[in-house]
Amino acid sequence: MTQTVEQPAVEQLAIEQSKRPLSGRGRRLRDLATRLTTPLLPDDYLQLINPLWSSRELRAKVEDVVPQADDAATLVLRPGWGWSFDHQPGQYVGIGVQVGGRWHWRSYSLTSPAVGAGDLLEVTVKAMPEGFVSDHLVRGLEPGTIVRLAAPQGDFVLPDPPPGQILFLAAGSGITPILSMLRTLDRRGSVPDVVLVHTAPDADAMLFREEIRELADRHPGLTVVEHFSRERGRLSLADTEALDAACPDWRNRAAWACGPEAMLDAAERLWDRSGQKQRLRLERFSATLVGGGESGSVTFARSGRSVEVDGATTLLEAGERDGATMPAGCRMGICHTCVVPLVSGTVRDLRSGNEITGHESDAPPVQTCVSAAVGDCVLDV
Amino acid sequence: MAISDVQEYAHLSDEDVEALGHAFDDIRRDIEAKRGQDDADYIRRIIRIQRGLAVAGRLTLFASLFPPAWIAGTGMLGVAKILENMEVGHNVMHGQFDWMNDPEIHSSSWEWDTAQPAEQWKHSHNYLHHTFTNVIGKDKDVGYEILRMAKEQPWNPATLGQPVYNFLLAVLFQWGVALHDLDIDKVWSRDVDAEEMKGKLKQIWRKVRKQLVKDYVLFPALTGPAFLSTMTANATANLMRNVWSYMIIFCGHFPDGALHFTEDELDNETQAKWYLRQIHGSANFTGSRLLHILAGSLGYQIEHHLFPDLPCNRYPEIAERVQELCAEYDLPYTTGPLYKQYGQVLRTVMRLSLPNRMTGLPTSPTTPPKPEPELEKPQPTSVPVAA
Repeated sequence: MTQTVEQPAVEQLAIEQSKRPLSGRGRRLRDLATRLTTPLLPDDYLQLINPLWSSRELRAKVEDVVPQADDAATLVLRPGWGWSFDHQPGQYVGIGVQVGGRWHWRSYSLTSPAVGAGDLLEVTVKAMPEGFVSDHLVRGLEPGTIVRLAAPQGDFVLPDPPPGQILFLAAGSGITPILSMLRTLDRRGSVPDVVLVHTAPDADAMLFREEIRELADRHPGLTVVEHFSRERGRLSLADTEALDAACPDWRNRAAWACGPEAMLDAAERLWDRSGQKQRLRLERFSATLVGGGESGSVTFARSGRSVEVDGATTLLEAGERDGATMPAGCRMGICHTCVVPLVSGTVRDLRSGNEITGHESDAPPVQTCVSAAVGDCVLDV
Repeated sequence: MAISDVQEYAHLSDEDVEALGHAFDDIRRDIEAKRGQDDADYIRRIIRIQRGLAVAGRLTLFASLFPPAWIAGTGMLGVAKILENMEVGHNVMHGQFDWMNDPEIHSSSWEWDTAQPAEQWKHSHNYLHHTFTNVIGKDKDVGYEILRMAKEQPWNPATLGQPVYNFLLAVLFQWGVALHDLDIDKVWSRDVDAEEMKGKLKQIWRKVRKQLVKDYVLFPALTGPAFLSTMTANATANLMRNVWSYMIIFCGHFPDGALHFTEDELDNETQAKWYLRQIHGSANFTGSRLLHILAGSLGYQIEHHLFPDLPCNRYPEIAERVQELCAEYDLPYTTGPLYKQYGQVLRTVMRLSLPNRMTGLPTSPTTPPKPEPELEKPQPTSVPVAA
């Protein structure tokens, strides 16, 4: 029943979370200070003076909330201690925001460039119907609010140096990671041969339209093809016709595509048929959950808590409802932040319908954000 | 008298017990639905005040050679330690604020300013004590394996010294708590898992070492020439916290009216009967809001035992509903001013240091329930419904 841990959990957490390594003297000073504040950390006291003076949990202050087209807003964030400012263009961050006393986490692509953004970060959030967190971020966030951050993640990134010929395919809020890439190229001062196929319902709903046109004016290498679906229907990727018209040499370009699920599926098939699958990189903002689990009880071994769930509730939602400490990231089965060992019972991956069964001796990791219980199960969290 | 069946003792029908169980479940649901920003703000405010007091106290003690500064610094540090253990640590480790999803205020990661590692506390307190509350032989909190607090517990000549043990426990309370999860009783019967014991002792020692270095070496050293006076100030602050938390905790289950149970009670005990046992086994005390906060909300011991994981700032409103239910079902609701409750505790400590035959107490551990229980017990808020 009782296990012995080598280090109090809080201190362990602080070490994991501390992203910026300290110098030898800094570390000794910190060690000494920790001996004075034990069992707490110096950060627990410093953050009373300024919430950003803590590297225990990454956090940021909202400097500004800038309204954008199409029910979206850009959050300008000033990260606190521990943030290392080394994200790659195209990556996303987890943002935790307090609503009604509770922290909720969501992931958003960073729109700020990887270089030259100073000590600020930007994400652009579109208020989703029934998405109360995104709605709160767009409409309910006051400058000065403290939010939490998770370190940047994702491999939908632009390498440095970039390839010589690039195609960006962006639909709706799918422009956000690509904007970070464009801004990064702009700050570095060398934009190669880039074609951006940018689709939105209409000109008013097109995010960052002015800025992108201005970039295209300044950089002869950047060609922007705007596609308004209210006028011309959705950009069809069922065959090559639309793409051939927008960018005839698309087969020769390294491609990054981000947008709705259906568009990305179609793009994947198209590039596959053309034998160019390896040239296409995708970023999905949501996962299609098909299967359902079965009702049962989910037990969280470390807290001993247990919660009854139906087959539609993900393990992550179940844990959060019950107050268990659940790691969480993208909430769509991509980032693997939420992975937790399954000690017993069976869970189903809601995307594929695949089942995973756990045993005490062999506890496979499961993605709690896209898995649901099939009967009773126990998670090691 | 230890109770072997709480339902029979309370003279409630199956239907009553079930209805009562549902009524308590309703209270939980209502509070869970209301939990929100106010509760989050409450615990954060207490944490801010507590840490502010700790810093102010430590800083004031840099002048601890100057007696008024010694007194002020010791007072602030002592109150900070009390708040940290009682209103913050104990309640956070119960998971009362886990719903906030805040990794910095969460039962799984909280560590407190006392000798016992949080992990061992959560086992001995959250699990053993809160599950088996007042069941003799299961709940180690019935006398903490040191005192004889129920007359069903066996007497031996060493028990005569229990007024002295009681005093020592008050003064050294954090050390008693630190060893609480160790199954010391099993050491004598050699029925102990040596590896587990070693692991726990090592864990305690690692923590204790840090605690001692902080209070008795580093902070005194920082204050330079005031080394000794800062050390005595820190020792006094720890003593304040020890005696205060001892007193509050002893008033939770040892005043008259808080009853004990035999292990038979646990057979087929339903959730509803578990609620009933918590009500019969716990005692509140009355006082101002400030007193309740300093007591870690344990003046609402009955509510705390019914709902150990609901936010402590909700206990006052929960108490109103619990009292109504107790009145409706003619159940005891033991409470009184703190001095009176603690007076009863002291009397029990003294009385039970003697064998039962010398104090006129019945010796049989399973006396059947009296037809009219509780009449002589203080129940200021319990209104008998039926004659």
